[in-house]
Parts: sequence; structure tokens; C-alpha cells
Amino acid sequence: MTTTSTPQSSGGDVRLHRISKTYGSFTAVHPLDLTIPAGSFFALLGASGCGKTTTLRMIAGLEEPTTGTVELAGRDVTALPPYKRQVNTVFQNYALFPHLDIYENVAFGLRRRGIKSVKKQVEEMLDLVQLGPMARRKPQQLSGGQQQRVAVARALINHPEVLLLDEPLGALDLKLRRQMQLELKRIQTEVGITFVHVTHDQEEAMTMADTVAVMNGGRVEQLGAPAELYENPATTFVANFLGTSNLIEAEVTEAGGTELVLTAGGATLRLPTRRCSTPARKGEKVLAGFRPEKVVLAHADDAAAIPEGHNRMAGRVKIASFIGVSTQYVVDVPGVGELSVYEQNIGRDGRLVPGADIVLHWEPEHTFGLDADQSLLAGTVGDAGADLDEEAA
Amino acid sequence: MSTTEAPAPPEAPTEDAALPIRKTPTRKRLVPYWLLLPGILWLVVFFAAPLVYQASTSLQTGSLEEGFKLTWHFATYWDALAEYWPQFVRSVGYAAIATVLCLLLGYPLAYLIAFKAGRWRNLVMILVIAPFFTSFLIRTLAWKTILADGGPVVGALNALHILDVTSALGITEGHRVLATPLAVVCGLTYNFLPFMVLPLYTSLERIDPRLHEAAGDLYARPATTFRRVTFPLSMPGVVAGTLLTFIPAAGDYINAELLGSTDQKMIGNVIQSQFLRVLDYPTAAALSFILMAAILAMVTIYIRKSGTEDLV
Repeated sequence: MTTTSTPQSSGGDVRLHRISKTYGSFTAVHPLDLTIPAGSFFALLGASGCGKTTTLRMIAGLEEPTTGTVELAGRDVTALPPYKRQVNTVFQNYALFPHLDIYENVAFGLRRRGIKSVKKQVEEMLDLVQLGPMARRKPQQLSGGQQQRVAVARALINHPEVLLLDEPLGALDLKLRRQMQLELKRIQTEVGITFVHVTHDQEEAMTMADTVAVMNGGRVEQLGAPAELYENPATTFVANFLGTSNLIEAEVTEAGGTELVLTAGGATLRLPTRRCSTPARKGEKVLAGFRPEKVVLAHADDAAAIPEGHNRMAGRVKIASFIGVSTQYVVDVPGVGELSVYEQNIGRDGRLVPGADIVLHWEPEHTFGLDADQSLLAGTVGDAGADLDEEAA
Repeated sequence: MSTTEAPAPPEAPTEDAALPIRKTPTRKRLVPYWLLLPGILWLVVFFAAPLVYQASTSLQTGSLEEGFKLTWHFATYWDALAEYWPQFVRSVGYAAIATVLCLLLGYPLAYLIAFKAGRWRNLVMILVIAPFFTSFLIRTLAWKTILADGGPVVGALNALHILDVTSALGITEGHRVLATPLAVVCGLTYNFLPFMVLPLYTSLERIDPRLHEAAGDLYARPATTFRRVTFPLSMPGVVAGTLLTFIPAAGDYINAELLGSTDQKMIGNVIQSQFLRVLDYPTAAALSFILMAAILAMVTIYIRKSGTEDLV
């Protein structure tokens, strides 16, 4: 185990080497290499069936990998059963023992390791998750949020090298989920243990994790810090799954310099070459992407006031929905299709109603380029966009 | 009955209209009692009435020729108990051993069906229930053939000198199995095994398999997981199964009759012969009451001790 700079860190690196899992002819996880640094909050993000839970279960030892090895704190644990691994899991529906009270649920792991005096530790742990007075209740007498905290306490009390969280907040309502996200983040910072968190909620992953691995079809599509993934998606799946993206098919008309010049639907767009994740040559197609909140809507009459050098496209407002903090527009751009635009509600322009002719414009810096050889719609089927809307509301 | 219930629908709208007088229609309030009626009638005619009749019989004196008269002769109870206590003790003993054997055989079987059988689950369940397709009597008679003196089972046990060991322990005699305690207990175990397996299976099947994973994740070895999680959670099934096995086994007389000898007579055999051969109805009735009271007392203590009301 390499000593880390985190002062109170007790976690260890998790290294997955060429790990894969197949069930019959179905491949749940393709050979995967992944290193999760000690003390980090790591999220595996993806739609259901993408292999994220299988990956987590292989780290826990609940699933045996078809190929590859799992290394915890420098030790190969692939062949070890779960009860011999310094790893604890917070299960999706908590899996609390219904015949034991909260105190005994939390003490379970300590007692199994032959620790006699558990009282002090259990009480401290219950205080950490603010459940001290509930110690003698049975799990079914607690609310969902409280059960979730018991599940965390039951796992954390063992000071595992790694804490695995399998959709831990999935059963909670939106408000409680937000609260528990902050709570888990606080606990992680406090105890300094490596957290590996599986979720399908892109926002949850971005709020809590230091590093997010976006999984799709049993493979990691992209890995990085939340802001990095959001600003520089490498695939259409990531672009669509993390937030919402406008993706336009465009032809490269000029290449070679620091900026690519593209044409799409009659408009000329500029894209910084370093923000294009695929090598682009003149005459080839690329996908130009930009985030709805980076775009400014101007009424057609004000087109002259648009700053020089901005990418611009003319269109017509199709739908305008007032969300509170912002207004979300669907704009129809001839030859391109429908684009989303989110405008902060600062001095709303009363003329921007459905049917109005507008020009949308944005800084070239906010454009990213993707390989045109992939589906524009990858990652949109899930509820990734819906979650962002909830947050805006 | 359906014809008298037919006018009910027209009343429903008046209730929907939420009249100021909140009066539940009488007919509606009586529905639960109507539903209870057939069951209660059945119990009164076939349980309560015979019980009263039997209680009065147990306190009568006389003979079949002279007729029985109610003389409140409580001494019958003490006499019956004094004379037949060995059969009582034997009944409880055999039933207890058979129940323990059923639990030891049935638990692994139920566990297997609940957690490991996969797509074979239904087939195994049918195999467990299959014996019910033939009569209890026939199945017990079949055991008489299986355990017959010259049969392959006894032959094999003799060849392996197992019967020497069991005879030394006093559960068989010489080189035979029939007409020994072993045969009777085997018969009881066999006949009541499904009554143990079914409730055990039901309660094991309800256990969330993720609890096993959680226990493993929390450093419990498979054996510890069983002791600390699986078994405690299956307690309702264990209690139900042992009761369903012990109660009928304690009152059984077919197994002792067909597989045992006079030395293996259980209390059921005594009651049967008092009623049908000796024709001493008061003693037979008194013995039945003592058996019922004894089982009731034991079951009450058992349920209290096992604390099932504390389980989910």
C-alpha cells in the first residue's frame, strides 16, 4: 500500500486488472482496468444493466470475476470470499437484519471478528449517523432515511479499506436524497475511507464523487473529475448522459489551425481544435456539441448586437417553459433540427415566445467536437436529463 | 343465500351520496358474521358438541349392558393416569424423537429447496407432497414390508452389524426392526416429515438472499451466517413445523399398531382399544382429555419459550 497524503486516510487503493464477467453468452463487464486511489470518492455511473453493480460486487467478492484480478491495498484478493475481505457494502435496499435491533445490526461486523467490547464503538458510530436514540428499535420501525444511515453505520464501523455503496439512495425521495448526498460526503471526508459508489443518477455522481467513471454496455466510456466529464465529454453517450447536450452533425471546411471551421445547416461554426476529441480533416464529418446553458438567445431584431466571433444560428422558438431559475426553450433551426437552450431568468425578453424568430449564439470556446461515427442519441434514453430538470426546479 | 344478497347493489349509491347521518348499513356490518357462520357452525357441530359429549362421557359410570350414567366420577381420570402413564410418557417420547428427526431431516431439505434447487424447486416440492396422494394407512403398511424381517433393509443392517449396536442401545431387539421402538419412530418420522418441510420451506423462502450476502460482507463465515441470520429468521417455520409434527405424532396409533408390538403401545392405541375393544367409554374419554390437556400445556410452554411473537 502506498502511503497517501490524506492525513487520516485508512483506505487502500483498489486495482482492477483486466476484470470481466460473463453470464453464459452475455457479457456484463468487458475486460476492465481501473485504479481507484486510496481515500477518494469514486462513482461508477451508468444506466441500469451497464455493468456497474456487477463491477462493485466483484470488488466485494459477492461475484466471481470470469477473468482478471482484484487488488485491495496492494494485495490480490480475487480468490478471497467476502468475509475475508476488508471491504464493506451498503446494499441497495440496505439488507438490514430484521431480527436484530439497530445496535446489534451495527455491532454485527465487530462481533463476527471476535471483538468483545463493542459498546463504545457502536455508540460512537450511531452518534456519527445521528441515530443514538434509535439503538433499541428494529429496522422496520425506522424510516427509509434512517435505515439508510444504519446501513452506512453497519458498514463503516468495521473501518474497511473500501466502502462500497450500491445505489444507496435509490429508495429515498428526492429531498432526502439530496440531504443524504451531503451527509455521505461529510462522513467520507471525516473518516477518509475510499468510497466506491454505484449510481444511475448523474447528478448524484457529480455532487459526491471526486472521480466519475461513466459505464455503458459493460465498458468504461470515460473517466475523470465531474467538471472535466461535463465540459469535455469524449463520446455522445457521456455528452447526453451527463446533463443535456445539443449535438449537430457538421462538415469540416477548414482544419489545421487552432480552430476548426465547420458548416452545419448553412451556418458556420468555430470549434477549438484541442476541444475536438477526434482527428478532423477537411471534408470529413464531426459532431459539434454545446451545452444548452452556454447558449444565449437573441431576438432576430437584435442580431446586430451579437458579439463578433460568436457561433450563431438562426431559428424559431418552438416551446418555452418557465422553470423558475431558468427558462428552457426548444428552438427549431432549419436544416439542423431542434436545439435546447436554458436561459437564466435575468431580465427576460418578453418577445421570446413560441413562434418568435431568434438567433442563438455562443462562444466558440464552449463547443466540443466528437467522432461522427456514433449515435447522436446514445445516453438520452435514460432519465439523465430529467434529473437535471428536477434540480433546476 | 345469493338470492337474499341480491338487493344489495341499490343501497350502495345512498352511501356514496354522503348523507349527513353517518350510518353504516346494518347489512354491511353483518357481513363478517355471515362469512364466519359456516365455519362456526361446523366447529359447533363437529368440535364443540362432541367435546361436551366426550366430557360428559368421561364422568359417567356403568357398562355397555347396563347403560352409562353421569355420576361426576372424577376418579376415572386418576385411575386412567395411574394405569396408563407409561404409554403417555412413551407417546411424548416417541413424538419428541420423531419431531427432532423430522427437523434434522427436513431442515436441510427445506433449505435446499428454498435456496439451491433453482429450476428443480417445483419438482422437489411435488416429491415432498407426493406421499399425500396415497393413504396414510397404505404408506405405513408399505413400511411394514420395507422393514420386514427377511427384507433387504434388515439384511443390510445386519450385515453391517448396525442392529447389534441398536439392540445394545435398546431401540431394536435381536436381529429385527419390526416390533421395536426404532420401527415406530421411523414410521412417525416418515409420515410427518412433509408437515415439517412445508412450513420450514415457507419461512426460509421468505428470507431475502441479500441478508446472506450482507452477513458474508460483515465477516460472517457461512456457518455463522446460518447460526446468526438464517436460523433465527426461520424460527416461525421451525415452531410451526415442530407443532404440526409433534401434536399429531403424540396422538398417533397407526404406526405403533402396524410397526410396533405390545411393548411399543402409545396412548393412541390405548384410547382406541378402550373405545373399540374394552368398551370402557369413560376411561377412553378421560384419556383423550388428559392427552389434549398435556399437549396444550406443552405447546403453550414451547411457544412462550421460543418467543416467536418477537420475530417478523
